[in-house]
Parts: sequence; structure tokens; C-alpha cells
Amino acid sequence: MITAMKNRVLDIGPLKSAKLFWILALFVTVFLYLEGKGLFPKWMFKVPRKSQLPVKKYISDFMDWLVQEANFGFFTFKELTRGMSSLLDIPLSFATSLFSTGFLEGQGSQAIQILPPLSWIAVIAAVVAMGHYARDWKLAAFIGGCFLYLAIFGQWDSAMVTLASIVIAVPFGVVGGLLLAIGAYRSPWFEKTISPVLDLMQTIPVFAYLVPILFLFGFGPVAAMIATIIYAMPPMTRIAIMSLKSVPSEIVDFGNMAGCTKRQLMWKVLVPSAAPGLMVGVNQVIMLSLNMVIIASMIGAGGLGYDVLASLRRLDIGGGLEAGVGIVVLAIALDRLSQAFATRSESAHLDGRLNIVKRHPWFLTVLIIVLFTLVLGHYIPAIQGYPASLELGVGTSLAEFVAWINVNFFDVLETYKTFVLIYFMVPVKLVLLKMPWAWTILLLCVGAWQLGGKKLFLLTLLLSLFIVATGMWEKAMITVYLCGVSVVIACLIGIPVGILAVENDRLGRIVQVVIDTLQTLPSFVYLIPVVMLFRVGDFSAMVAVVLYAIAPAIRYTTHGIQQIPSSLIEAGITSGCTRRQLLWKVKLPLALPEILLGLNQTIMLALSMLVITALVGTRDLGQEVYIALTKADTGRGLVAGLSIAFIAIIADRMIAAGSRKAKQRLGLGEELG
Amino acid sequence: MNSSVKLSCRGVWKIFGPDAKNFLVKHNHKPNSRDLKAANLVGGVRDVNIDIHSGEIFVIMGLSGSGKSTLVRCLSRLIEPTDGEILFDGQDLLKASDNKMIEIRRHKMGMVFQHFALLPHLTVLGNVAFPLEIQGISKDKREKKAQEIIELVGLSGRENYYPRELSGGQQQRVGIARSLAVEPEIWFLDEPFSALDPLIRREMQDEFIRLQNVLKKTIVFITHDFDEAIRLADRIAIMKDGKVIQIGSPEDLVMNPATDYVAEFTQHIPRAKVLTAGLLKDAYDSTIATAGTVTQDTVIADIADDIEQSDKPFVVTSDEDTPVGLLNRKRVMDVLVGREVSL
Repeated sequence: MITAMKNRVLDIGPLKSAKLFWILALFVTVFLYLEGKGLFPKWMFKVPRKSQLPVKKYISDFMDWLVQEANFGFFTFKELTRGMSSLLDIPLSFATSLFSTGFLEGQGSQAIQILPPLSWIAVIAAVVAMGHYARDWKLAAFIGGCFLYLAIFGQWDSAMVTLASIVIAVPFGVVGGLLLAIGAYRSPWFEKTISPVLDLMQTIPVFAYLVPILFLFGFGPVAAMIATIIYAMPPMTRIAIMSLKSVPSEIVDFGNMAGCTKRQLMWKVLVPSAAPGLMVGVNQVIMLSLNMVIIASMIGAGGLGYDVLASLRRLDIGGGLEAGVGIVVLAIALDRLSQAFATRSESAHLDGRLNIVKRHPWFLTVLIIVLFTLVLGHYIPAIQGYPASLELGVGTSLAEFVAWINVNFFDVLETYKTFVLIYFMVPVKLVLLKMPWAWTILLLCVGAWQLGGKKLFLLTLLLSLFIVATGMWEKAMITVYLCGVSVVIACLIGIPVGILAVENDRLGRIVQVVIDTLQTLPSFVYLIPVVMLFRVGDFSAMVAVVLYAIAPAIRYTTHGIQQIPSSLIEAGITSGCTRRQLLWKVKLPLALPEILLGLNQTIMLALSMLVITALVGTRDLGQEVYIALTKADTGRGLVAGLSIAFIAIIADRMIAAGSRKAKQRLGLGEELG
Repeated sequence: MNSSVKLSCRGVWKIFGPDAKNFLVKHNHKPNSRDLKAANLVGGVRDVNIDIHSGEIFVIMGLSGSGKSTLVRCLSRLIEPTDGEILFDGQDLLKASDNKMIEIRRHKMGMVFQHFALLPHLTVLGNVAFPLEIQGISKDKREKKAQEIIELVGLSGRENYYPRELSGGQQQRVGIARSLAVEPEIWFLDEPFSALDPLIRREMQDEFIRLQNVLKKTIVFITHDFDEAIRLADRIAIMKDGKVIQIGSPEDLVMNPATDYVAEFTQHIPRAKVLTAGLLKDAYDSTIATAGTVTQDTVIADIADDIEQSDKPFVVTSDEDTPVGLLNRKRVMDVLVGREVSL
């Protein structure tokens, strides 16, 4: 990544002396790579344990204090958090009863079911009705089909457990995010305060805060749900702030002129006017919750995520795939449904004075089906639960298919893998590991100074010194290497595909569907086929990260080229550009700021995926976080997590500064927000 | 015209930038352009004094950036002026509490916006009834009232449509209906027809004139279109760089532009559309045979055909139907063919 960064700086740096510096730096780097190891004392590569800052210990001690001793006079901190979790447990157990276990009386195995859960027919009827209400029969059939798949292929029970936690986590995430956004909209001071917190929340890997949540809220579905809410809320907050701010000022003026009080202005004017944007946020919350519910299966959320995790641990490829496909199906169904709600346009000119049956035909139909199946299900079990004898298993055939690929294509796959490893991945890794940290930080800081001035320089220096001081440098470099390699490959594939997608309409549509699907899949799911084909190791991790992170590289390139004013392209054509010249001299330079933003997103996604690939045996910070999770070591997990977040923040700020510079040079002006 | 003052602003300033209030005090409330520039401040509205009379259409005309939208937002206190007084029925709006302001806006003010500012989630009926809804008026009552106004602006049958299903002209009719729902005493229109196609714009202007003939509101109308200003205004204030540079009737502006800037707007305006019979009349002489009568505020263009066909002069009458002068064919022809007219 360092080399990539250097190249960019070469392009952007306007001064001759800056260019000279980077050429010199290149020579020094090569020299250090060849001869460096003997020239420097050992602490330049690895800070010895005794001179490390004991941040880990501070955090762990603080956590201990919080859990053991902190109290507010009447009750302890632990009682407070445990109280919160028992409060949250009420809606969650209600949803779980409704979808999965039925309403029980009594404890454990003596429990008697007083009311069964919703029958599979009732749930399918409900989602079909929602699909039709949100758009049309086509969507309804699609959603119904997805849920039917879950029933037929034996994923129903786990899927309903997952659905129950989503149904509860999403409203909390949405309402919480909206309230924070309203606070930020009303008070610039509050916005300034939460903005860096949101940054950190979005960049710190989720595994890192699973441990403290485990301590504070205990093991189980509620803790998992709290982690989910924390994970899904920041994007909602951001999207909601943006939507509120983009309500036209005339509408706000109108609200004031009509004599709205502050509260009326917010709830009757601003929030409804911002609704389409807010619905995009809701969609995000649903998708992120689904992603997180699966990760959170590590701290006690059951359901599909647990099935995948358990299969991965057993190396049961077939079982993992089945549950993985179940997640994908559920994710796609929920995504399409919530998107349809987001873009739903009411065009029927309904007379408000219709009676209740005519106004709510769907609601009543579903209600009747629910009651009907409830009664009938009591007598006919097949109506209550999908009959096991009719279930199909694809696990074995999938596993056989994978085995077949492995038998027949092993050599081909292995050749590719070895080639990429030897000629690309290993050299990059060695360069990064052989540099003394002081030199790498120096280069980083010079780059930061050139791109963003003093403030960025200081930020970069402080954050990278934190990584060194806590003894994370070596692992951080492996993270940078894995992330950098994956990002370079993702861009090498993604940017050309993005360009082609604009040029060719049909390809564009296909690419659109593919990246939409890729973005719907929870990150966990990528691991399964990758491990099956390439086994564990850096290469598998890289492939999984590329798959996960390629979408923004494509999307932003396409968008960047599409948003170039057509007059500029026409100007290019009329001045006699060939297609190639048009691309290189007009389109790409103008799309550059947008492409850089895509690069930024790609890096962020790659970093978040890296932590998950720790499951397939990398040796980076992700692994550190994962180990901390299994050992329940708060300090270790948080320090490694913070290191990842800091790498993300440095990359983010540098690219943002580069994008700003490129924009200024093109005279495109600042982007709003 | 009733001449009681409904809304008046005295020495109103709006300066954008930090510490604007102290800046004004330091310069004795009369900073000039150089002072503003030196302090790196922007003068949105600069020392504006206007009186708006009951029942008149007062047009504020200016090009973009002249401060007209800022001024109208100061008048309604959507923007807090930096200095000055806004007297509404003699009471200073700038001293009113938040609750008092809400009361005034709920019952006495209405505003129409350039881009309509309709609420996307409400139907036509819901939008028009909205100002009544937030006052807490019951559903039946407010919808009945909204229905009446929707009929008045000619949108019957579209009550259950959403704004996005309507054309621009129809959307602005909704905007107009909504602003009239509370029967405001003063009606602000901020470039209401600027976002519409020229043909629709003309149609809406006619509609506006028709409505005003029925409603007789006190109106503050913002536009950047001098033709529109001439067509609608009783009086026009011309703004440039945040200052009002001339206030007068369309006739005044055309005949006596205060500056070259005003003259530039007026020189392309056909005189016949502005000058009135009262202005062109000669002394009354009852002995001369006449062809008919015209009232003194009739615009020449409207009576040109009659006058052309008759070789006798017309009697010009006052509002009370008393003859005040004679209108000779020669002078009308001078105006029509664009000769210099001496007054």
C-alpha cells in the first residue's frame, strides 16, 4: 500500500522537490530492503515488551473495575448493565416466541407450550402480503419464494431465530440512529461531538467490542443484540443527518411560516420530508444487522449464523454452505423488501372514508390466515411446521460438487495461488516487514503533510506511534500488506469493470446485479467457498477480501464517469478525441475524485473483512482480535481493534485529502456534507 | 387605495458574517460598502426603509443576489435581521417572543415559495389543510376549509393526488391555496412563478390578478422579472446589492428612473403598457365634443383601439366619476409609436 500511496503522491505533488524526495525515498527503501536488517538495532523492528505502553493492561484493569467495583450509590454498574439486558430481553423473547419457540410456560424441559409460534404458512403469507403492498405481485412472489426455500431446504427454524433478533434489533437501531441524528441536526455542537465517535465505531472491527459487551451484558442473545444495535446505528445516524440536512430550505421556511412549534417542525415537516433518505438508512440497518447477527453468534446469538460458525469449526463444508445459502436467501429477501418500501410510491387515490375492510385488505387477510393456521395447526402438524419428510438437503450434493472441483481443478487453482503468492504477495509482505518502523512512519508523515498539511501530519504521526508503542507494529504491517494487496487487486479488477460497465449498457446491468448481490451477502458467507477451494492461509483471506471489497471500486468508478456533465464529453468529441483519448484525457481525470472515494470505501471494507478472515488463519491484527475474543481479553482485543481503526482512519483521511486536492485542481468545488 | 400602513420596515440591516452587530454599532449604523469589505462581511440587506399599505400589491424587484429574498425573509422574520425595526400593525416583530411569532404566523401571515415547498408525503388536501392541522383544528373542520380553497384555485377533483403527480403550475396552485388557508392578513410571495414555463407563468399571473380582485390582500411579491413586476404591482421597490434604490408606481419608474440601473430595466418596457390616461390628460374643457369616457388609472394599451378609431378626445374621469381632463388622440399616438412624450 505504501508504494501505491507513493505513486499517487507523485501525481499530485505539485513541487519538483517533492518529486525528488519520493525518488530518493524509493532508492532508500530498496536499499533498506536489501541491506537493512543488519544496520538497525532490533527495537527498530519490534519494540521490546518491557518498553511497550501497557495500554492493554489499563483497559483490562478499567474493565475489571467497571464490572467489579463501579457503582452509583444505589446500584453497581454491573447491575445497571444487567438490568438493561433483562429489559431488552422482554421484546426479544417475545419475538423469539412468536417466530420460533412458541409461548412457553415454565422453565427448561418442563416448559409447556401454551401457544405455538407463527406457522410457516402464516409467515410466508405475511411476507407475500408485505411484498405486494410495497410494490407488486412480482416482488411478492419473489419474497414468498425465498421464504419457501428456507422451509423446503430445512433452514426454517434457524432462519426464524435470526429473523426474530433482526425484527427487534432493527427498530432499536433505526430509532436510536434517528434520535442521534435529530440531536446533531439541532445542535452543531452535538454533531461535532458524535462525529469522531461515529468514525471510530465504523472503523473499529466488531470483534473488538464483542468482548466488553460480553463482560457487561453477559453471554446470550441479548448481548448479541446489543452488539448488533451498536454496529448498525452509526450508518443510520449518518444517513439520517444527511437526509435531514438535505430537506430543501424552502420546506423548512414553510414550516416556520405555517407557525409550527419546534416539535411540529421536526415530526410533521422535516422527518416526513426526509423519509425517502431515512428509508435508505433503514435498509442499511437491516443489512448490517443481518451481517452482525451472524458474527454475534460467537457471543450467543443462535440461528443461521451459529450454524455457519459451527460448520466452519467442524470443517463441514456442506452444512456450512447450506446455512450460508440460507443467510443469503434471507438477506436478499429482506433487502429487496426494504428497498421496495423505500421507493414505494402511493398513487392510488383512495378515499379516506372507506371502511376498515376496504382500507386494510392485506392486514385482514394475513390476520385471518394467522388465526386459521393457528387453529388448524393444532390438529394437522404439517400446517404448523413444514413437514420434515418433504425437506430437501443440498448439503451433500454441494459438498460433492466442491469435491469434484477440487479433484479436477486442483492443479489449476494451485498454480494460480502459488503464482500470486510468490510473485506478488510475499514480496510486498517482505518489503513491509523489513522496513524499520521509523522509516515507514517518516514516509507516511511526509505523504500526510503534502496531502493535508500540518493537521493531517500530526494525526498520522500520533496514530502510527500508538501502534508502535503498543507493540502492534509487526502485526499491523501484515494487516497493511493483506489489505493493500487485496485493495490493489480489487481496484485492478474493479476500475476497468466500472469503466466497461458505463460503455456497455448490457454489461452495466449485469454488473449492477452482481455487485448488488455481493453487497447483500453477510461477510461471513464469503469465507465458505474460498476455504473450500483454496484452504486456509493468506491467499484465501485475500480472495475473500477482494470479493467483499470490490463492489465500491466498481460502483464509484461507474458513478464517477456517469456524473461527468455531458457537455464536457461532447466538447471532447467535437474537438476530435479518439475513444481512447476521451477515456484517458477527459473521463478518467474528471472521475478521479469519485474513484478515489471508491478506493477509500474499498479500503474500509477490506479492513473490516480482514478481521473476519482471521478465522481462516492469517497472522495479522485481525487474528489478535479474534484470539482476544476467544480468551475474553478485553485489553488485548481493544488495542488490536484500535490499531485497525487507526490504520483505517489514516488511510481515510489521506485519501479524502487527495480527493479534495484533485477536486480543487479540477475546479469541481467541495462536495456537500 | 387605502393608505393605512400594514407592514413597515425601518433601517433594516442583515449582515452575514461574525460579530455583525458590533460592526454596525461601531460604524454608527451606517457602514458603507468599503467598511463591509474591510471587515470581510456581506451586506445582504442594507438600510432598507419601506412602508407596505393595506390592500396593495407591493413588488420587490431585483436580480439574483440583490437581497430581495433575504429582505422578504427578514420581513417575516424567517431570518433574524441584524438591525432595524419591522412594524406589523405598528408592533415590532423583532421584539416578539417565539410563541408570539408562532401565533402571528399561524393566523396573520401566508407565504408562497419559488419551488412550491409542498410536503411530499401529504395529498393536495393534506397540504392545504396542514397550516390548520398544526393549529389543532379538527379534521372535519380543516378539510372543509381546505376544500373551499382548493375550489377557489381551480383544483377540484385533485384533492387526493400527491404533489409529485401534479404539473408545476398545479403544484403552485396548491402552494397558493395552502398559504391562503388561514386567511392571512399579509401574503408573501417569493418568486412564485419563476420556476414555471413562460406560458404557464402568464396564466398564473392572470389567475393571481383574479384572486386578488376577490381577496384584496396586502401582498409582498418578490420577482426578478421586471415585466411581471409592471403587470402586477401597485408599487415597486427596486433592489441592488442589498439596497432599495427606488420605490414607485410602474409609471413613476418608467417616466422618472432614479438611476441608470433602473433606466436599463425600464427602457425596453412599452410605454403604452405603463402610462395611464390620468397621466397623459390635458385640461378638461366641457365645450369640446367627446367620444366617451375612461377612468384615470386605465392603462393606454387597454384603450388604444377605441382611441385610434375616434377622432374626438375622451373624457378622463376620477375614481368618483367626476371629469378631470381630456385624453387627446395625438398624445396617445405619440405613446403608441414611441415618440418622446412630455408630461
